Amino acid sequence: MSMQAQLDRRAAVAVLLKNRKDTLVVSGLGSPTYDLHSVGDHDGNFYLWGAMGGAALIGLGLAQAQPGKRVLALTGDGEQLMGLGGLATIGVARPRNLDIVVIDNQHFGETGMQASHTGRGVDLTAIAAACGFAATGTVRTTGEVERLAAQIAEPAEGPRLFVIKVLAENPPRSLPSRDAVFIKNRFRAHLGFAAA
Amino acid sequence: MHSPQPNPDTRTSDDWPSELHRILKAADVRQMSYVPDAGHSQLIRMFSADPDVTTNVLTTEEEGIAIAAGAWLGGQRSVLLMQSSGVGNCINMLSLSAIGRFPLLMLVTMRGEWAEFNPWQVPMSRATQPSLEAIGLKVMRAETPDDLVETVESAASLAYESDQQIAVLIGQRLIGKKKW
Repeated sequence: MSMQAQLDRRAAVAVLLKNRKDTLVVSGLGSPTYDLHSVGDHDGNFYLWGAMGGAALIGLGLAQAQPGKRVLALTGDGEQLMGLGGLATIGVARPRNLDIVVIDNQHFGETGMQASHTGRGVDLTAIAAACGFAATGTVRTTGEVERLAAQIAEPAEGPRLFVIKVLAENPPRSLPSRDAVFIKNRFRAHLGFAAA
Repeated sequence: MHSPQPNPDTRTSDDWPSELHRILKAADVRQMSYVPDAGHSQLIRMFSADPDVTTNVLTTEEEGIAIAAGAWLGGQRSVLLMQSSGVGNCINMLSLSAIGRFPLLMLVTMRGEWAEFNPWQVPMSRATQPSLEAIGLKVMRAETPDDLVETVESAASLAYESDQQIAVLIGQRLIGKKKW
């Protein structure tokens, strides 16, 4: 049986992104998008409100286009479970600048807190390891999240996936813009690309 | 930027994959993702051998929609290759391209519509164009090699210069009958 999670998701994400520097971040729909916004809006954030299963793969396309920048896909267990095949695609592509961090409350938090697969024995880090990720791990305490933040700031030999186990609760929403064209153009302008 | 030059003397109607490669290179496509189809095999080989293009083999076609959006966020153009059966896998992910007005170019080889041996290809073949149009894509079709080359050139311009989401359907008649 897994240990009871104690971490508050907002506090965990705040620690993770405290020294993000020029890391580009894509957030999965639902709570990870609110978590990312809650620590401060940023031109280098791309927030998803849909496209379930796509966060890590948007991260892949971005990482391949921007090999000199670190890219973080910050998502939830439900979102990543919908994109399990994408872990195989990312494992084969082997980008050295892409990290996936799953904020894992073991539930579908947006839809009534139904238990997800990760609360029933499915281990995303084992799947990522089997797909050839360069590093994987699960963290459960603030101190471990601090060490994880330091680790993902360092270069990697390939893609990495980390799970942060958090309490199953829905803190007050922190809502970024839902206008994807605006967020897209702001993100591209941040990298020096003009809007069409 | 290196791009293969057109050579009218060697242009033949059965070498449309080379022509598509040339056009997509001229359009500065830097990423290509695919779920294989026999009809795309030559184009897949050409891109895979191209050091200026990053290729991704996918487990399901919708992954390529997300990769294309990420590529654009990072300043690169991407093209996605699949067969018609894969279009059904893409529908919800196409919300991303539609609502974000992300440039998208999909090249879809048709099955289930012309001298098809496998009846399981037929239902999704019938649903391909209506479902793409229902989620907001512009659908263009080509039935001859010359038409295909011109169509893809136009579609690339619409996608990458005008931020449109385009699927080019490549008729099964053009691809030829699958040998069983």
